[in-house]
Amino acid sequence: MTSTLSGIAASTGIAIAKAFRLENPELTVKQQQVNNPSDEIVRFDAAVAQAAAELEVIKEKTAHQISDKEAEIFGAHLLVLSDPELIGPIKERITSDSINAEFALQETSDMFITMFEAMDNEYMKERAADIKDVRKRLLSHLLGVKIQDPSKIDEEVIVIAEDLTPSDTVQLNAQFVKGFITDIGGRTSHSAILARTLEIPAVVGAQNAMATIRNGQTVIIDGLQGTIIVDPDEATISEFEQQKIAYDSQKAEWAKLKDEPTLSADGQHVELAANIGTPKDLAGVLEHGAEGIGLYRTEFLYMGRDAFPTEDEQFDAYSKVLKGMQGKPTVVRTLDIGGDKELTYLDLPKELNPFLGLRAIRLCLEMPDLFRTQLRALLRASVYGNLKIMFPMIATVEEFRQGKVMLEEEKAKLLDVGIPVSDSIEVGIMVEIPSTAVMADVFAKEVDFFSIGTNDLIQYTMAADRMNERVSYLYQPFNPAILRLVKMVIDAAHKEGKWAGMCGEMAGDEIAIPILLGLGLDEFSMSASSVLKARAQISRLSKQEMASHTDQILALSTSQEVESYVKEIS
Amino acid sequence: MVEKQYTITDEAGIHARPASALVGSISKFESDITLGFNGKQVNLKSILGVMSLGIASGSTVTIAANGTDEEQAMAKIDEVLKAEGISNQ
Repeated sequence: MTSTLSGIAASTGIAIAKAFRLENPELTVKQQQVNNPSDEIVRFDAAVAQAAAELEVIKEKTAHQISDKEAEIFGAHLLVLSDPELIGPIKERITSDSINAEFALQETSDMFITMFEAMDNEYMKERAADIKDVRKRLLSHLLGVKIQDPSKIDEEVIVIAEDLTPSDTVQLNAQFVKGFITDIGGRTSHSAILARTLEIPAVVGAQNAMATIRNGQTVIIDGLQGTIIVDPDEATISEFEQQKIAYDSQKAEWAKLKDEPTLSADGQHVELAANIGTPKDLAGVLEHGAEGIGLYRTEFLYMGRDAFPTEDEQFDAYSKVLKGMQGKPTVVRTLDIGGDKELTYLDLPKELNPFLGLRAIRLCLEMPDLFRTQLRALLRASVYGNLKIMFPMIATVEEFRQGKVMLEEEKAKLLDVGIPVSDSIEVGIMVEIPSTAVMADVFAKEVDFFSIGTNDLIQYTMAADRMNERVSYLYQPFNPAILRLVKMVIDAAHKEGKWAGMCGEMAGDEIAIPILLGLGLDEFSMSASSVLKARAQISRLSKQEMASHTDQILALSTSQEVESYVKEIS
Repeated sequence: MVEKQYTITDEAGIHARPASALVGSISKFESDITLGFNGKQVNLKSILGVMSLGIASGSTVTIAANGTDEEQAMAKIDEVLKAEGISNQ
């Protein structure tokens, strides 16, 4: 009989194979009196030494077969084995109470496990699993119980377990283990993270898998949805086989594109970049093969705290990002605060129309100390990579000039005191106010680049608050009015030999991409996870052919007509 | 005894990897070394002790070393904190 279970989708992909139950060994600990505590300590030390030797081997193997990063977890396990606050008290209890090593270990480690499990932080809670893992290894040596060795699996299986310890997980041979299911655990548990590294599907927190699934039963695991099908019928199996083929081929196509430049079908290059909020987002940028950062929103540095970040704090964040990008273009947007984004420690008068009020560059020019601090941090960081500075919400040429003058002044001051600053920093603007789009030809003579911020450009062009659901129908990225403005900006940039990018939602949109490619957009900046999909799409589109449709698209009357037209041609 | 205060700048706070590097690098020193945070004090040679404090980014901690090699221990700690990006001051 087919049954379905569900859990947390921890690692994507689909697998179909026989179930292999990884049973927990019987490691029951009883309290016993010992006659000679010093012999007991010798026995305990021997178990510690055996466990440490085992961990050294696993650590080596992991570093070799998976990665140094994964091996670090066993470095931490080794430190637990030699932790004076764990080992010391265990030995003291053996001596003072004349009890067996197993019981002393159980009691002392329980104290730490309880402490970590009680912490209100998902990451720290997971550390309890590491202590349990070390304890299990020690107990198996003390009790002489053999632990089932997952590295011995030699046929294609899906592993079912109550929980997988970190050491179980790294010993799973990805050649035979097609996926795994655990009853407990979450997306951040070590086994879930490792499954993603090994790229095998996993469902965790399934609760009843051990109670339901028997050895050898056929199991389908859908790591996209977090579902498990036990004993599926033929039709279900073939349906999932199809899905698996589709998923695997798409993944293979995307993976091939990761380190490739973005080229259209007719060989034209465009840059696909990612939007980030903090240095933590860097990993995703590199993982998804982005060619640069098109928008680093610096306001996150200012939020969730009770005072302005210092110049040094900002310098740290900016230089971290620039170093991480290893010379790839990195567009940093200066502070965009005000409007709907408030800072608790900056008391600004309430405004009737915050989106039309004192925000972004307007606020920065009003509070020059705040702005100059950020500019200095950016200038100091500039030597670590390919920095481009972008001012948000520019409405007039004077605003840009004022910002640029402050930047030049800060640069001169730094150079005067011998602090190095890159001499190839491009300075550009966000185009999100219609006046700026209309005047793009004039701006293009002074700025180094444009980046079109579509969310605000649409809101201001259509005069429709994007937070107001009752006018949400006016949020129309494909309205020819928007597209004509976009064209004006791109053409103006090219006429002066400058480049134009886009960093709103629209840049990663499937319908928008063919239009933007045809309009000649140079840089598309989107969430990192959209990059590979966009690169695959662009590789199938001819830029020249898309450009031949531009006049017709811009002559259409409605957003709806544009959407239908694009679906037709791409 | 030598004592020094540090502000934790690693965004993830003191998590397993940097904590391991720190604890691993000082085990060879003879001095007693403590880590104080939020009114609690733990043995800096104990990975479980260090982790149990759950030190978040932006926190200020006090590290104290006491013993024959306290100066060398403190220099090492300084070096590891910087190299691991745990603290930059």
